[in-house]
Amino acid sequence: MPKLTVNGIEVEVEDGATVLHACEEAGVEIPRFCYHDRLSIAGNCRMCLVDMERAPKPIASCAMPAGEGMVIRTDTDRVTKAREGVMEFLLINHPLDCPICDQGGECDLQDQAMGYGFDSSRYEENKRAVEDKHMGPLISTTMTRCIHCTRCVRFATEVAGVPELGAIGRGESMEITTYLEKTLASELSANVIDLCPVGALTSKPYAFTARPWELNKTESVDVMDAVGSNIRVDSRGAQVLRVLPRLNEDINEEWISDKTRYAIDGLRRQRLDRPYVRGRDGKLAPVSWDDALGIVAARLKKAKPAAIAAITGDQCDAESMFALKRLFDKLGSGNIDCRQDGATIGGARAGYLFNSTIAGIDEADALLIIGSNPRIEAAVLNARIRRNWLATRLPVGVVGPQMDLTYDTETLGDDPAILADILSGKAKFAAKLKRAKKPMIIVGMGALARPDGAAILGKAHEIADTYGVVAGGWNGFNVLHTAAARVAGLDLGLTPGRGQMDVAGMYKAAEAGKLDIVWLQAADEIDADRLKDAFVIYQGHHGDRGAHIADVILPGAAYTEKDGIYLNTEGRVQYAGRATFPPGEAREDWTIIRALAGRMGINLGFDSLDELRTELSEIVPHFADQDEIKSARWAKFGGRGKISSTPVAAALDGFYMTCAVSRASETMGQCLMALQADLAQADQAQDAAE
Amino acid sequence: MLKDEDRIFTNLYGWMDSGLAGAKKRGDWQNTAKLLKLGHDEIVERIKASGLRGRGGAGFPTGLKWSFMPKEVGARPHYLVVNADESEPGTCKDRDIIRHEPHKLLEGCLVAGFAMRAHAAYIYIRGEFVNEARRLQAAIDEAYDAGLLGNNAAKSGWKFDIYLHRGAGAYICGEETALIESLEGKKGQPRLKPPFPAGAGLYGCPTTVNNVESIAVTPTILRRGADWFSGLGKENNTGTKLFCISGHVNRPCNVEEEMGIPLRELIEKHAGGVRGGWDNLLAVIPGGSSTPLMPQSVCNTMTMDFDALKEAGTGLGTAGVIVMDKSTDVVKAIARLSYFYKHESCGQCTPCREGTGWMWRMMERLVRGDAEIHEIETLEQVTRQVEGHTICALGDAAAWPIQGLIKHFRPEIERRITAHRTAVAVEAAE
Repeated sequence: MPKLTVNGIEVEVEDGATVLHACEEAGVEIPRFCYHDRLSIAGNCRMCLVDMERAPKPIASCAMPAGEGMVIRTDTDRVTKAREGVMEFLLINHPLDCPICDQGGECDLQDQAMGYGFDSSRYEENKRAVEDKHMGPLISTTMTRCIHCTRCVRFATEVAGVPELGAIGRGESMEITTYLEKTLASELSANVIDLCPVGALTSKPYAFTARPWELNKTESVDVMDAVGSNIRVDSRGAQVLRVLPRLNEDINEEWISDKTRYAIDGLRRQRLDRPYVRGRDGKLAPVSWDDALGIVAARLKKAKPAAIAAITGDQCDAESMFALKRLFDKLGSGNIDCRQDGATIGGARAGYLFNSTIAGIDEADALLIIGSNPRIEAAVLNARIRRNWLATRLPVGVVGPQMDLTYDTETLGDDPAILADILSGKAKFAAKLKRAKKPMIIVGMGALARPDGAAILGKAHEIADTYGVVAGGWNGFNVLHTAAARVAGLDLGLTPGRGQMDVAGMYKAAEAGKLDIVWLQAADEIDADRLKDAFVIYQGHHGDRGAHIADVILPGAAYTEKDGIYLNTEGRVQYAGRATFPPGEAREDWTIIRALAGRMGINLGFDSLDELRTELSEIVPHFADQDEIKSARWAKFGGRGKISSTPVAAALDGFYMTCAVSRASETMGQCLMALQADLAQADQAQDAAE
Repeated sequence: MLKDEDRIFTNLYGWMDSGLAGAKKRGDWQNTAKLLKLGHDEIVERIKASGLRGRGGAGFPTGLKWSFMPKEVGARPHYLVVNADESEPGTCKDRDIIRHEPHKLLEGCLVAGFAMRAHAAYIYIRGEFVNEARRLQAAIDEAYDAGLLGNNAAKSGWKFDIYLHRGAGAYICGEETALIESLEGKKGQPRLKPPFPAGAGLYGCPTTVNNVESIAVTPTILRRGADWFSGLGKENNTGTKLFCISGHVNRPCNVEEEMGIPLRELIEKHAGGVRGGWDNLLAVIPGGSSTPLMPQSVCNTMTMDFDALKEAGTGLGTAGVIVMDKSTDVVKAIARLSYFYKHESCGQCTPCREGTGWMWRMMERLVRGDAEIHEIETLEQVTRQVEGHTICALGDAAAWPIQGLIKHFRPEIERRITAHRTAVAVEAAE
């Protein structure tokens, strides 16, 4: 713990801290461009120069380790001059195009030029111009503005694990480029836009849309995957214009995936903005809320409780699911399921949570992944695994198909029988698990969303017991969900009891004509054809698979349009805020159910969101503990049945289009096309080479 | 003047056999094993005692540099890296060592490598030195065949390998950490210091980077004794040094001389004097292109050693003496150097990337006189804004020649500006 003096203030900093940290500790602001807490130190912008006693030249504070007894000054003439000098150099070749630059208003160069620069330029020569680079459908480039801080290069290489960005050329002619002028093959690529301190890399879909000071900023939670990344939703009027990451050290740090950031244009397309009823002609016709609710009420009243069922979707907020469950309880039906993919999970919480927590990944010293592709299912979480691997060469074994996770993995095969070999110690990877002090298992939906999923879960439990995955204070047994709503759904008990129907049961019953009514709450990842013989009530926000077979459509709100509670894969309770109102006549989902209940003369026990939440937390108390995780006791879970030899496959087909919102998103479509084009080109090149 | 018997590089001009047999005749590789018997630390101590200062330009005491290497070899091996990326304009001493005295370098590698407990040396040779690289490789092969390198190098019991690596022609790769980056296969850009190479250098291992000349003289120093070497030259500037004299002299040459030799004597004895006589001298750049020039008035009494030149506001650098007589367009000459540094800046850090281009463009205007008088001040300030604010010394190297020019030839620059302004006014009037 070195002690040093900064401008006469004595500070003590952690071992390994830099002079820059020490200055911050002392409350002294140090301007910087290239330095970033989460990237390696480049020391190239020279903006952070400070004076150190006995040093002949000013030193770069970002790169200088803090040492005992150092005397640092940031208020000397020499430092002021150095900053002004560097600032002038940065500006001589930077275009004066702030009025047409999207970075305007949130630009480090603007801000620091104001704070530390000269008031005018002495540069009389011609400015340099740099050709723009193609970086795909998300990143717009104006490379003339680049100040060569290399944050983007370091991000791509270190965090994203795709070393496709770099600097070519030398001196003034140095240019940042993707070496092959193609889309960055990363699910985290757009974070370079946030990292860029100037307007060289800006958001393509958001180009020339708004100025930062015009936007309403709402703190929210992402639902595109089960990580629960903290986001800020920027909106103007009725439109969500962009999504930015919010700092949360325990979850997403300050990154978000490209889908989280860019699927939002899907919120403007294919929306269900008024109630519909399917007429005799087989076509959906718009009706009033009154009529729609009347028809649903009449149908529900007529039907036998055993012949009605409900499926909730992957992005539902806890409140909507709770309201629907309460309604079904009152109707006397337990046929309700939140696992539209048929995952065989539920019961003991330890069997469906990411028990180690996401931050726990940093501590793991061996990792076994069973049926999951974290790179596409939870891109931000994958970056954390990569970081551990970079630092410690974390051994990672994968049961599942061969895939590139941006770190070295040992593919153990996709035959589930390998699990027995791991258990018996026959598989080579078993030795690594055994040696590990904090071994970790991640079980994904690729292994659980199959008929023998419970047996696989059981096997994983046995492996965990055998290799000390749960020992001392450490619980390294993790389930990685793909659905943002799943943990809340399971905690709320949206699973059928004995003798009641799960999703598979509903399919069978519908096909046999034994299911009168099925209520789809924003459930679109279903085999719609198998349900169409039932009377389908679709409550949701997008005209997707569920709406196509619907007999009544009750238009609801998407995740940015309602206050909601979400539990991420760790079971962390997070409250999301409403950024805009639902479009047209669409309503927040819990109010639709409340209105229907009123129509049917059923008392759900709440009349407002607050009352609903109070009711909710009386039944499941931990829902009231915002940002907390209620850890689960290690318990028995999983089945003992036979495991089939069907290969363990991926849970998702791809990254970009996985839900109703992202399927409606034009940007996601462009990303998919760019990816396919690059893959095709790579194939061609390979063919040509052969 | 240096006596012939005190010369280290007796085959500097290649008049004799530069192969192993010839080298042995001149005393190289004689009893090398006995030299190594002195022990690691004793060799370092003797080099320290000799007062040898690094011959690559900065003049850092070589023995002291070696002593920064860890005394114990831990998990990471030690490396010696020899900087043969000689690219400083006006400098061509290492080239002749490699051409004509390669075995002095190789033996030096073994001795120096042994002293710092390294089992491998990498010689990073400038890409343009194609024939030199061939010559050096041939010498390395010869040495291996003769058992002077390899598992039991020169029967000393010390395993020692030398690898030759060719650069790709970037000046910046002569900066020691950029050289290490390039050697590792990366883009040649200087690293931040700390950590210094002696702590974490090549592949993160303790490394010392030395100039060819510094390494090549060590076996002779050990053979003839530190006292002999420190008895030559001046206090704190001991021994002999290769000088490269080029430009407006009658016989440009490389010559080995005693440190501290008067500049005038050096030029007149060895290079046949300034073209048109000493009085026709305009200025001298004493130590390769990066050192500030000296006008004739300073040259008259200047001695060629680190401290005297430093005191005069310039430096010995690589001892690449560039002589300019009165026919020289001195502003244009310095502008050309500015272009060189602009071209060779790696572009990593801001002041150098942006500053070298700015300085060059202003210099080009000053050549024509197409500027305002106050811009001389601006240019001077820009050089100060670059100097000392960069990751490596290239920024300083780009700034110094201009500072020297402004210091000594300001009237000439002002004359041009005035003349240009008059010419423009006259043209407008016509």
